[in-house]
Amino acid sequence: MSYISRSPWLIHYDASSCNGCDIEVLACLSPLYDVERFGIINTGNPKHADVLVITGGINEQNREVVRNIYDQMPSPKVVVAVGICACTGGVFRECYNVVGGIDRVIPVDVYVPGCAARPESIIDGIVRALSILEEKKAEMEKQGGKGRAGSPVGGGQ
Amino acid sequence: MHMGNALLFILLAPIVGGLVAGIDRKITARMQGRVGPPLLQPFYDVGKLFQKEQILVTPSQNFYITSYLVFIVVSGGLFFAGGDLLLVIFAFTLAHIFLVLGAYSSYSPYSFIGAERELIQIIAYEPMIILSAVGMYMVTRSFYVADIMAAEFPLIYYLPGIFIGFLMVLTIKLRKSPFDLSTSHHAHQEIVKGVTTEFSGPMFGLVELAHWYENVFLLGFIYLFFAWNPLIAIGALAIVYFAEIVIDNTFSRVTWQLTLKSSWIIAGFMGLANLGILYYLSAVVPL
Repeated sequence: MSYISRSPWLIHYDASSCNGCDIEVLACLSPLYDVERFGIINTGNPKHADVLVITGGINEQNREVVRNIYDQMPSPKVVVAVGICACTGGVFRECYNVVGGIDRVIPVDVYVPGCAARPESIIDGIVRALSILEEKKAEMEKQGGKGRAGSPVGGGQ
Repeated sequence: MHMGNALLFILLAPIVGGLVAGIDRKITARMQGRVGPPLLQPFYDVGKLFQKEQILVTPSQNFYITSYLVFIVVSGGLFFAGGDLLLVIFAFTLAHIFLVLGAYSSYSPYSFIGAERELIQIIAYEPMIILSAVGMYMVTRSFYVADIMAAEFPLIYYLPGIFIGFLMVLTIKLRKSPFDLSTSHHAHQEIVKGVTTEFSGPMFGLVELAHWYENVFLLGFIYLFFAWNPLIAIGALAIVYFAEIVIDNTFSRVTWQLTLKSSWIIAGFMGLANLGILYYLSAVVPL
């Protein structure tokens, strides 16, 4: 195991969730589940994050926001879609303003279904995301670079 | 001057600082009824940050953050080499000005608020740190750390007020609640991480590394108050740091106004009163 899977910092974004899954995500941080055991920290800043946890489906107003958060995260990074709405759009799929699941806007690595997703399955999903994070890091090293080094991304413009 | 000590500081401070941070997180977790991360978690975190992609918002960030780290190391190195305390404090302040400039170098409102708060914190703690140096001078008649270390009587007997005032600003410097205004260690964010908002990957790693150096330097400063007996000094360091963790976990964050007011009032009452009494006593009974 390299450092990256021992210290995954995650950023949680509520796309258009009913808050059911959000409460379950926050429950993971409570003393009962305590994800800090795995070195997981809930950051509020995409520039510090490795794992993007999204609840709820994409709608017309937040597709740019989700894209922006994803672009601001430094590689290697993974996306975990939590809850059935984030996976496919769920019961809101047919709504006039709903685009669908998160994978309509950014690449998703792990899907955690459920309504609401249970804290156990969310933790399981994030732990699975860690092995994907390892793979992505290995791939990044193989390419020999640090991705888009030096290019101004997000924030400043 | 003992250059060997400075070299030891440069080599060992990251290890000590990281371990202290790890113990801190473990104790904090236990206080909250959690298991907490492994002891070596801070090392994993910084190791990871150095493996991440470097995203530069503006190239000048590199310069400012490298200067921040360099001047923190210089001030700590000078301190442990037994150098002039005033020069140490000067380099220490300069280092933080570089951090503030680094935060101001990008056009991010969060970064700006963090930079402003960091400046307010500098204004809040600076008088007390200088008063501490002046107090140590009044007792030992020297600004050199080597001479202060060589004092054969406990400084704490003469400087209890200054010591309490220094503990007050130590909470600000260790970035602990209730004074973690500009950036915070906790999962709950102070305006999405304040002064460090625009730093990512290796550059954020440098900021963390500088913070470890800084913490070791600050613990060294507390050591000076008890330098006549190393065993008692180390015990005092442990008690002080544990008290900081307790304060961190029991107080909610205060506003910047209260931070500024309380630290200046404490510096005024405890620090200046202590100096005044010392001045009076030294006229009556020479040390």
